Amino acid sequence: MKEWPLWEVFIRSQHGLAHKHVGSLHAPDAEMAINNARDVYTRRNEGVSIWVVKAADIVASSPGDKALLFEPANSKVYRHPTFFPIPDEVKHM
Amino acid sequence: MLLDDKFEYLLRLGDNALILSQRLSQWCGKGPAFEEDMALTNTALDLIGQARMWLSYAGEVEDRGRDEDALAFLRDAHQFRNLLLLEQPNGDYAVTIARQFYFDTWHCLLLQELNKSADSRIAEIAEKALKEVRYHLRRSSDLVVRLGDGTAESQRRMQAALDDLWMYTGEMLTPDEQDELLAAQNIVPDPAILREPWLQYVGSVLRETKLTMPTGTWMQKGGKLGRHTEHLGYVLAEMQFLQRAYPGAKW
Repeated sequence: MKEWPLWEVFIRSQHGLAHKHVGSLHAPDAEMAINNARDVYTRRNEGVSIWVVKAADIVASSPGDKALLFEPANSKVYRHPTFFPIPDEVKHM
Repeated sequence: MLLDDKFEYLLRLGDNALILSQRLSQWCGKGPAFEEDMALTNTALDLIGQARMWLSYAGEVEDRGRDEDALAFLRDAHQFRNLLLLEQPNGDYAVTIARQFYFDTWHCLLLQELNKSADSRIAEIAEKALKEVRYHLRRSSDLVVRLGDGTAESQRRMQAALDDLWMYTGEMLTPDEQDELLAAQNIVPDPAILREPWLQYVGSVLRETKLTMPTGTWMQKGGKLGRHTEHLGYVLAEMQFLQRAYPGAKW
């Protein structure tokens, strides 16, 4: 088991449009990763579709780059679409 | 008379699910990997659900006031009607998987036929169970191939497990009087019609691997009539302890 790679699991729920990250697991290959994801993460009727991705194939931003990547957006409130009155007829936005 | 036969047959179905579920539950927390542990206990839970459906229907058919719990916890070994295969000890993981693979193959074929039963309640339960059992079969077939094609050691163990349990497979595929009586009413299939597809499927999975299909022709039998191996008593002792020591206890 030690040599089984780690997989990240994404589940699309009954009503959700997008797959959401739910956790990870170990499996020797993709087929078994799907089976294991079914058994570990969909026991309570959580999903209608499963994606698995080898954790090693995910490229992540570095925590050290947080300031560089994200802080400049803090001071730019005008990028949020909160300055427009929404007509009453538009129920869901 | 017909009702008695149906009751007996429902016990076979319920006891198969119940005893295998109990066996699989013994792996809980001890699986070879966390993911396997979950998968196996999921299977155990599916089977306990099926056992409840079969045994509660059995209780209704018998009509002597016994519910699913009374049938599960208050019968002794000679009153159980499960296949001998299913009470065999878990052994190593190869043994557990071989037992599962032989049973799942047969279970799937049987439920497909029971789904056409003249008894609508049997057909309904079979339909529900079939969805679960198709997954069980996919999983156990996959693991047989993986262990069979894994290391020299896993292949040796998988082959030994398939060989050791082979003599318990005849019971599933050989009709007895009860089977024939109910088959004549179109309530259950004649087990003989499951034989060819069973051999074919088991063979097709094993052919994908370096494993060879056992060929022995001497078969054990007796479970369907209540003549069990010594192992069942221990399974029941553990499973029934609470209700025996504290009758009627609820939690």
